Amino acid sequence: MNIDQTKPLEYGTHKNEMNILGFWIFLGAEIMLFATLFTSYFIYENRIGSGPSGAEIFEITPVLIETIVLLTSSFTIGLAINAMRLNRTKATLWFLAITLVLGATFLSVEIYEFIHYYHIGVTLQTSGFTGILLTTLGTHGAHVTFGLFWGIAIFLQIKKRGLTLETANKSFIYSLYWHFLDVMWIFIFSFIYLKGMM
Amino acid sequence: MKAKWAFLTLVFTIFTVLTGCEPLLVLDPKGPQAETTSNVIWISIISMSFIVITVLVLLVIILSKYRASKQPADYEPPHIEGHPVVEGTIIGIPILIVIFLSVVSVISSYQVESTPAGYEDEEPLVIYASSSNWKWHFSYPEQDIETVNYVFFPANRSIQFKLYSYGPITSFWIPQLAGQKYAMGDMVTKINLAADAPGEFMGRNANFSGEGFAENTFNATALSQEDFDKWVEDIKKTEDPITEEKFNELLQPGHLGQLSFTGTHLDFSPAPEGEHAGHQHGDSSDKNHSEHEQNNKDKSSK
Amino acid sequence: MEFFERFALPHPDPMIYASMVAIVVVSIAIVAGLTYFKKWGYLWNEWLTTTDHKRIGIMYLISALLMLFRGGADAVMMRIQLSSPEMEFLNAQHYNEVFTTHGVVMIFFMAMPFVIGLMNYIVPLQIGARDVAFPRLNALSFWMFFAGAMLFNISFVVGGSPDAGWTNYFPLAGNEFSPTVGVNYYMWALQISGLGTLMTGINFLVTIFKMRAPGMKLMKMPMFTWSALITNVIIIFAFPVLTVALLMGTLDRQFGTALFTTGSGGMDMYWANLFWVWGHPEVYILILPAFGIYSEIISTFSQRNLYGYKSMVGSMVLISLLSFFVWVHHFFTMGQGALTNSIFSITTMAIAIPTGIKIFNWLLTMWKGKIRFTVPMLYSVAFIPLFTVGGVTGVMLAMASADYQYHNTMFLVAHFHNTIIPGVVYAMLAGLTYWWPKMFGFKLNERIGKWAFWFNVIGFVLAFFPMYLTGLDGQARRMYTYSESTGFGPMNMIAFVGAGLFAIAFILIAYNVFYSFKHSPRNIGDDPWNGRSLEWATHNPVPAYNFAIEPEVESSQAFWDHKQKKHNLFKGKISKIHMPNNSGIPIIMAGILFVFGFSFVFSIWPAVIIAAVAFFACMIYSSFENDQGRYISEQEIKETEAKFGGDSK
Repeated sequence: MNIDQTKPLEYGTHKNEMNILGFWIFLGAEIMLFATLFTSYFIYENRIGSGPSGAEIFEITPVLIETIVLLTSSFTIGLAINAMRLNRTKATLWFLAITLVLGATFLSVEIYEFIHYYHIGVTLQTSGFTGILLTTLGTHGAHVTFGLFWGIAIFLQIKKRGLTLETANKSFIYSLYWHFLDVMWIFIFSFIYLKGMM
Repeated sequence: MKAKWAFLTLVFTIFTVLTGCEPLLVLDPKGPQAETTSNVIWISIISMSFIVITVLVLLVIILSKYRASKQPADYEPPHIEGHPVVEGTIIGIPILIVIFLSVVSVISSYQVESTPAGYEDEEPLVIYASSSNWKWHFSYPEQDIETVNYVFFPANRSIQFKLYSYGPITSFWIPQLAGQKYAMGDMVTKINLAADAPGEFMGRNANFSGEGFAENTFNATALSQEDFDKWVEDIKKTEDPITEEKFNELLQPGHLGQLSFTGTHLDFSPAPEGEHAGHQHGDSSDKNHSEHEQNNKDKSSK
Repeated sequence: MEFFERFALPHPDPMIYASMVAIVVVSIAIVAGLTYFKKWGYLWNEWLTTTDHKRIGIMYLISALLMLFRGGADAVMMRIQLSSPEMEFLNAQHYNEVFTTHGVVMIFFMAMPFVIGLMNYIVPLQIGARDVAFPRLNALSFWMFFAGAMLFNISFVVGGSPDAGWTNYFPLAGNEFSPTVGVNYYMWALQISGLGTLMTGINFLVTIFKMRAPGMKLMKMPMFTWSALITNVIIIFAFPVLTVALLMGTLDRQFGTALFTTGSGGMDMYWANLFWVWGHPEVYILILPAFGIYSEIISTFSQRNLYGYKSMVGSMVLISLLSFFVWVHHFFTMGQGALTNSIFSITTMAIAIPTGIKIFNWLLTMWKGKIRFTVPMLYSVAFIPLFTVGGVTGVMLAMASADYQYHNTMFLVAHFHNTIIPGVVYAMLAGLTYWWPKMFGFKLNERIGKWAFWFNVIGFVLAFFPMYLTGLDGQARRMYTYSESTGFGPMNMIAFVGAGLFAIAFILIAYNVFYSFKHSPRNIGDDPWNGRSLEWATHNPVPAYNFAIEPEVESSQAFWDHKQKKHNLFKGKISKIHMPNNSGIPIIMAGILFVFGFSFVFSIWPAVIIAAVAFFACMIYSSFENDQGRYISEQEIKETEAKFGGDSK
């Protein structure tokens, strides 16, 4: 295996480069997935049947908490990658752990939000609007959940094996995924919540 | 190879003969809208034949001239990258044809959506045509009558069918009078057509809608204005009024013969247009909204 | 009690019971045979766990051929039912199930794996690579496709087949009008295999971008590889739309959402939109690789370079872009108004321009050539006029006003079969025959192949050309019967005869495989057709590592130039080669997905949860596994090369 010393660790081998390119392409597909969901959301936005509209159910507090927490986690995963590039295993692990805790916080608040919706009678079945709202939020939430488990797996691997060509590559790809989820959340925040509350 | 061309010629001859004998419904229009589509079809067939024939002729020439068996054993085919003039031609000609057909397509698309040519200055007769599994219901709001699986209308008069569905998406189609249009549950679509002379026409649902789809047909008959008025009179005299109960019974899946009623179902089961459209956030649902808001406040205050 | 009732067939029929028995008997026979001949180990080690792109390609092709016969049987049943008026061979419900499964099987489980199978086998060879970028992911893609295909195929013996058409329009496909589990099968079979396809897309893009032989710039790639590249780009952008559509459909059917219903703010037309936003690009996912195959074959057998290489690439790029802006032409009649229809009418017709360029380029490739009429070339030659007819009828359909008359009729059915059969199916048959010697080391018999070809072409013309006429005469598609007074009888009888000839053609093709396996000579060398691209520079059959020495390329027909002594492909020396290990994980994960899909279809939630957990456990296991692959030693490579009588080139 040829190791290119001039490049950062995560790009160190041809295989690593291919992994990263492959993941970028996967993110391209993910963008299409969320683009389709957003388009659908805009189409159903006003099709509320006899149910409530967005303005009636959205509450700013949990959404703001979710946004701040997720934005911060995007920052901390960036710090983790920075630490990884400096070859500081311990710092990498710490920042990764903080990211995961923030991710879990985000998820808890989102679950709270869903429970709240359930209590005020907003479910998947209420109307076209609530159906697509919960589907879009749920898809993002499922991605975050998956990301948490993935992050734990990477945490354990770095802990066990240190920062190697593979673990560095995996962490970098994981950071791409996490940033992507954050960008998608910004879209959700602006075009679903803010637009809906206005 | 020869056998193939002989065979193709044979097939095309059979087709021409058969089309000559008995005109195909779509190409045998009986009203201005179907006339438009029929003309468009002929224009496209003729311009497209030009392309098919060009390709065929080129192919036959090339295959007969450059087959290996006809060439000396030491013939080495040349290396040709391409030629700007040749490539320009094969790009240019299709572009010209597509531009021509686009113009035809755009003009005719507007034509088939508007009032039939020659009937622009009169108010169309509006008939609501709604489908349910696997029937067609025709409501005449002006005459205040309703029929099932058959529709009478005056010839030489512009008719507007307003379409919607009580079930799967269906497609309303009377090939000799106009092309088809979908009938759907949450909106009303429109077909404008007119028949040039009295006559009977095949009408059907063209969009697959489940088990009884094949028999989902209706009779469309154009009558003289006189006969039409008389028919309306007769219905009013002899038929029972349609009730909500009766109508719901009719909506059950199945096939029915031809039925007639006085009154229309529009009174108790309005078409999904205006405030009844699927896009419900108009006046009708305002009340529900405030109830929800009330609930919200109750919950949050707890 | 209710629980078990869902598994029962909603519309039983002696034929279905007969096929149930047949399935059980064949399965027992296979298991018994494998056990008796002690082939389980061989099957598991050499095939089921393989990560070799060539073997995965062959498994795709075998599955595709099996599905071709399954979908073909459906087609023959339909033609029998319509052969004469008031026929009573199938009832309405069975006819509806048959045309639904015919469409789904042919598009998803026949055409897709055929295309992807050939890509799998050929693309790495054409770019001088030793495997795809992610071999294990490739195996997972295949097994997910396979799991989806099997899930779809058991529907007709457990719980009932979907019956709402392959387009599956809501609200017909909703719970109210399709209460059986059939449409659930549709949702999950397509979801699972669709995700597999998406991964194939990622895999091949990385392979083509990152693993080309030194010197092979993008504009020096063989045309089939170019078509594969563009196809996979379309896959990346189109398949997520299908994923969302299927998810929404599942939510509607199994969780009671109101997305595609007509009440509570749902919108039935939205399914049709999503379906075709994916569906139209899907058409080009199938046809572009076919174009690539024809380009290779026409160039090889005209013994000339491909005319207008750049315009060929440019037109494919243009087609791929346009394919995302035409979906509304599938429902001009939805009432969106003349303006929208006009716009989509023009974008649709615009696709005829790049397609026309390609047709003329193929003609010009044959021009001044030295044409050899082998079986692959015959299919390619027949493709040109037949596909032109299919293409021009497409332009006719694109004229929105006239489409009001063609829509939903047999005219449309004739059109898309006229593009898919000469376009995709002939390309697959041509490509299979062309690359067969590369895969198996012997040629398919030319004489039987030509017989099959003629049956194919004549059968096709007889089966589908009459439909243009009956369509214009008012025969709607998907009608299970018609009365004598309609006058559709004679034309449908001709179509039935055509379908019969067509069926004979495919039986002949199957027989040809058997015959050639027994009788064809094995001493055909590495390059039996006098080929032009890198796959012919490998041995026959191809060793696991493909190329002992990495080739160096200078033109789009590297091997041809090598043979003309214009340059030397293999300049390096043999050294050890890194290869991926086999892995059982992909097939296990796909098996779990099958259980997941099946349980989801029947809403057996505990099993769904267990399968989901097991699936993620496999992913985690896979992540922790430290698999560095293996090396083939220099010595071993030299021995293999010597066996092929090579000078270890």
